[in-house]
Amino acid sequence: MATLDIQQLKKSYESPDGDTNTIVDIESFSMDENTQLALKGSSGSGKTTFLNLIAGILTPDSGSVQLGGDNLAQMSESKRDLLRAKHIGFVFQTFNLLHGYTALENVLLGMMFGPGPNPAYAKELLDRVGLSDRMNYRPRQLSVGQQQRVAVARALANKPSLVLADEPTGNLDVHHARESLALIREICRENNASLLLVSHDPTIVGDFDDSLDFSELNKAAHVSIPSGEGR
Amino acid sequence: MSGILLMVRRSLRQHALSTSITLLSVALATGLVMSVFGIQKQSYDAFTGGAIGYDAVLGAKGSQLQLVLNTVFHLETSPGNIPYTLYQQMNDDPRVDLAIPYAMGDNYFGFRIVGTTPEMFTEFEYQEGKKYQIGEEGRAFEAGYAEAVLGSVVAEQTGLKVGDHFHPTHGLKDDDLSHDHDEEYTVVGVMEPTNTPNDRVAWIPIEGIYWMGGHVLRGDGEHYTPEGGTAIPDKHKEVSAVMLNFKNPKTGFDLNMAINNQGKEATLAYPIATVMADLFNKVGWANRILEVVAYLVVVVSAAAILASIYNTINERRREFAILRALGARKVTVFTAIVMESAAIATIGSLLGFVVYGIIMYCAAIVVREQTGVVIDPFSIHPMVWITPLGMIGIGALAGVIPALKAYGTDVAENLIPHS
Repeated sequence: MATLDIQQLKKSYESPDGDTNTIVDIESFSMDENTQLALKGSSGSGKTTFLNLIAGILTPDSGSVQLGGDNLAQMSESKRDLLRAKHIGFVFQTFNLLHGYTALENVLLGMMFGPGPNPAYAKELLDRVGLSDRMNYRPRQLSVGQQQRVAVARALANKPSLVLADEPTGNLDVHHARESLALIREICRENNASLLLVSHDPTIVGDFDDSLDFSELNKAAHVSIPSGEGR
Repeated sequence: MSGILLMVRRSLRQHALSTSITLLSVALATGLVMSVFGIQKQSYDAFTGGAIGYDAVLGAKGSQLQLVLNTVFHLETSPGNIPYTLYQQMNDDPRVDLAIPYAMGDNYFGFRIVGTTPEMFTEFEYQEGKKYQIGEEGRAFEAGYAEAVLGSVVAEQTGLKVGDHFHPTHGLKDDDLSHDHDEEYTVVGVMEPTNTPNDRVAWIPIEGIYWMGGHVLRGDGEHYTPEGGTAIPDKHKEVSAVMLNFKNPKTGFDLNMAINNQGKEATLAYPIATVMADLFNKVGWANRILEVVAYLVVVVSAAAILASIYNTINERRREFAILRALGARKVTVFTAIVMESAAIATIGSLLGFVVYGIIMYCAAIVVREQTGVVIDPFSIHPMVWITPLGMIGIGALAGVIPALKAYGTDVAENLIPHS
């Protein structure tokens, strides 16, 4: 069964000079369970918009996004929020940790709006990313690499079926970027979560078995990322 | 709900300074409103239904209110004297249960000296079943002797004790124009506290007032200067007032008709509580103004809550966007802001009880110092629970505007720039 199924998805923006720019125009795209795909593309190509459409943060001009069989376009905003809370994990380039909250609370926030708080699991995740001794630290008290790991733990806190990673290594040096990427991929596999990662960095994208240039995805008639068993 | 509570807690902590200032304004507002209503009610109850002990006061022709204030609360100036024979009439009236004469005109360090009869200590009950008690070492004065029994506040503030001597000062106030009398009085007793205005009085035999140097009596209209220690014909004697208790309330209405409506010699203040209630009704407009001011303070503190939260919304848009990206619904963010506002109002209201306690405690001290009337700073009245609940409601309402602003936060725009 496809974790993610997208059909005829379109999203346009009106530029300041009044022109309409179609930034996302995808005919057909799907990802099976437990798959990992990297999308590369230059800045402004529409990668982030694409992720926001999948997450239900943005609504498409037309087309459908189905997540686990549920069509986001037919849902009310609150149901989309709930779906996102239960089934999607987000890792951001800037981590987007909440600075007033401890590392543990940041991870707990990742589950509070979906399955509900589970401090034991949150601690287990932080332990898994090597931060068992930093749980009560605030983001500003952590190194950039440690912040990234908190963000990863938070993205997986709700046991999502799909993890969306938007330039997750963009703020890290090469060494930490590779280490962090390996961690994200490993934890996604452990949790049976599919991973859709976007990055402009060819070395990051090159680590994936499945990768696509976002501009190609926008042009392609049909793109399907089957699970390992399906290939 | 746990997510909302966590958001509220963290926001209050993150904005600790503005939260603290807002809490203070809410606490002051809540405490002020409760105090205004508390003092009003306590004062009303104390002045109209407190431990007065008398049914009526008979005094010189004039204002009933002045008569009551002067004799029961020892506040106003005396409206004048009435002949001693009126006291005798009342004392002999079979409908009258108790008649006690008051003669005033002197003070000691501002505390009134009241001349009366020993029945004040043997017969009079200031509350049902409660007579004045005199401390262990003391006793009541004896008629005709230069002896005094001090109210508890007088003894406490002047330092006089049993066996001490003092010279009364002429006049009801201790000012530059007054002079000390030559007569020396011996303290023979100190009353146990009664929490009534009489705690602020020094009691002496009524003859002592008559014999005080310089006092002139006009009981029958002619000037008569008594000589100390000599008997005074009753016709020359005067009293400032006669404190009365009736065997039957009907007597009060009958005497009211006879003295106030048909007589020209005296005034009967009856019932005392009604006379005082009239005073409160007359100054009711001042209370209304105080209430309006208190309500305005509540509105201002609600505005302070609104402003303090509203000002943080812009800086928190990214936080809201992140929370929304994590799955928080718009209504969750809205609820969190309203609850934050309500939480400030709730904590502020709880602190308001501290403010209320301080104001009431200070007010109780001032009222007791000035009038002898005791108000209970911790008595429960409806505004004690209506005010905090109202403040919490208004506080939550004040959160709606910033909550709407947060509700409308565009997630994608505030989360990350478009790539």
